[in-house]
Amino acid sequence: MSSVLLIKNGRIIDPANAIDKKADLLIVDGRVAEIADHIQEPPQPDAVVIDAAGKLVTPGLIDIHVHFREPGDEEEETIESGSAAAVAGGFTSVVCMPNTKPPIENETDVEYVHRKARQARKTHVYTMGAITRQAAGVELAEMGFMVEAGAVGFTDDGRGVQDPAVMLRAMKYATMFDTLIAQHCQDEAFAANGVMNAGLQSTILGLPGADALAEQAMLWRDIQLVKKTNVRYHAQHISTADSVELIRAAKKDSLRVTCEVTPHHLLLTEQACCDYDTNYKVNPPLRTQQDIDALKTAIADGLVDALASDHAPHLQSEKELEFLAAPFGIAALECALALYVKALIEPNVIDWPALVKLLTAGPAAVIGIDKGTLAKGRQGDVAIIDPNTNYKIDVTKLRSKSRNCPYNGWPVTARIEKTIVAGEIRYSAGP
Amino acid sequence: MAVKRKTKKSFWQHKHLLSLRDLTVEEIAYILDTAQGFELISTRSVKKAPPLRGKVVVNLFFEDSTRTRNSFFLAANRLSADVIEFTKKSSSVSKGETLLDTARNLEAMGIDIVVIRHSAGGAAKFLSRNINASVINAGDGYCEHPTQGLLDVYTIRKIKGSLAGLKIAIVGDIAHSRVARSDLWAMSKLGAEVIFVGPPTLMPPQVDQLPVSVAYSLDQVIEKVDVVNMLRIQFERLGGNPFPSVREYSHYFGLTVDRMKRAKPDILVMHPGPINRGLEMESEVADGRNSVILQQVTNGLAVRMAVLFLVNQAAAMED
Repeated sequence: MSSVLLIKNGRIIDPANAIDKKADLLIVDGRVAEIADHIQEPPQPDAVVIDAAGKLVTPGLIDIHVHFREPGDEEEETIESGSAAAVAGGFTSVVCMPNTKPPIENETDVEYVHRKARQARKTHVYTMGAITRQAAGVELAEMGFMVEAGAVGFTDDGRGVQDPAVMLRAMKYATMFDTLIAQHCQDEAFAANGVMNAGLQSTILGLPGADALAEQAMLWRDIQLVKKTNVRYHAQHISTADSVELIRAAKKDSLRVTCEVTPHHLLLTEQACCDYDTNYKVNPPLRTQQDIDALKTAIADGLVDALASDHAPHLQSEKELEFLAAPFGIAALECALALYVKALIEPNVIDWPALVKLLTAGPAAVIGIDKGTLAKGRQGDVAIIDPNTNYKIDVTKLRSKSRNCPYNGWPVTARIEKTIVAGEIRYSAGP
Repeated sequence: MAVKRKTKKSFWQHKHLLSLRDLTVEEIAYILDTAQGFELISTRSVKKAPPLRGKVVVNLFFEDSTRTRNSFFLAANRLSADVIEFTKKSSSVSKGETLLDTARNLEAMGIDIVVIRHSAGGAAKFLSRNINASVINAGDGYCEHPTQGLLDVYTIRKIKGSLAGLKIAIVGDIAHSRVARSDLWAMSKLGAEVIFVGPPTLMPPQVDQLPVSVAYSLDQVIEKVDVVNMLRIQFERLGGNPFPSVREYSHYFGLTVDRMKRAKPDILVMHPGPINRGLEMESEVADGRNSVILQQVTNGLAVRMAVLFLVNQAAAMED
């Protein structure tokens, strides 16, 4: 007996295959079997049929930048709770960052993440490994073994690799496996322990600011190293207008450079910090309207490869500290799609197919996985989205273990109806 | 014709004093006027008044301070409050008891007013959102030091009559100075023209967008200003090496006897203290006839009495 899932009458948007039409989608034994205008309801009595009229049917969404905090900070998030949040947000694949305690720095650590993900049985969970041992920025971690264990790239995220010689060595070494080097671009000398963007707001608030130059300086340096090594390089959560210009130039030079943008860098400015609310303390910091405009232009111009939430859960007790002392991070994986729609669709920056691409085929290509497409034979990962609803984000209802999400009460218009992973319905919205 | 209200409401409505940036001109003037009344108490033989009798004030100081802490202590005492001194050297709140827990514990003891000094900008505001007691900001990181700003404008107003139209230079490490910020807000609101003077390495980001002009040498401004406020070089706050040497700093920014010769004869010389003699200013200037540094200290007491009195009154109205 084979298992059969039929999604009828939806608008199928599959940018990888240039599909955007009203059609039916059939998944058999966990794999995409057919997309056609009308597919007969299967004869099997246990076949599942979903009516998706008025809904969008897309490849399962992919977030290549999440922090699930396991191992080490399980009170903030676990792979299980993070996975539950992921599927509730339409994400059928996520990439964990390796800055856990201890960091993901060898094949055993990678396998640990995979095992926890299998046990959670919610979403596909990938992980990056640390570039350097203990993510200390000095000695290379065992990249080869981690690649063999399934790591999809390397980063010391949370910090950038400061030493240019170490970064050059890491890039050269990574080319041996044609794996991805991802970077949290922040030159700590320029960032000067800043806790928000350096500017008028930080001056008024009397808080140390991180100059936008810190991001740009490291990105510029890394691009020079990419020219030298031809490594696959990914700039994580770029946040400034100057970074956009560096990416634009690198892409014009056909360098293997990709980048991602977060929802908060599209929706919030440094102004949000004006009341010392630590839910707006994030790294890279919230910048200016000019930066938001530049990031949106970059997205409209097709310079951005992926949208990524940088889901960074933290305990309330940690966020209930002075702004100076509280940890960096916003947790918004579950409501990320609604936020992207608010930032990009509602103001007509891009259309739905372009947005879906940035959440499916785009990120899949960055990390080189066989996902983000509804091509025949691929795993049946699907998101069903209601694009025309109205509700308010309720932080208390989120599945993440943490509540450091500044969007409580925001009115939004898109909602995940169902999330299907390998042909199995893993999430259904309530009535 | 104004309608008479049933309950008498004070003009001052704030239960906390967190920043001068948030106050109106009228509110600042109201504090100064109130302070004027309290100044007399210090000159009487019995230096006590009853308005805070039965109230408990906590001096919650996470940073070193002598004059501000003593000034608040004495101010609260003169208003007949009970004062608890709580000094904690460690400014690190990530280890041990958090600021919030500390404050909640104090509150459980039934305190009425917290006077807080803390190394983190926003600490006073943070506290005010999380406890019921009144909060007075006695310095938060390099954000604000409202009572210093108030005593500075009080001192100037007392001598010059008004701040309107005065040119005031604030000299030194502007970037890391809460005094510069509180002074700027109060002085500019009261109509003075403020000039920040210091090396570019000690100016905060986007200083050009503040209501202030900037000069990179004291010589540029010394002849035209009515008041010069010399900030203390806080070596403990200076990161790196913002100027090459003390010698070179003094050369461009020190208030020397020579420079004083070119100043207006009635220029007021101020300093929030403690002075690094020979660095920000020469001893002859600090002790000279234009110096109002000790008057600032005296006035600080009256200003702090006024602030304690007003926040207490506003809190009582709220209850």
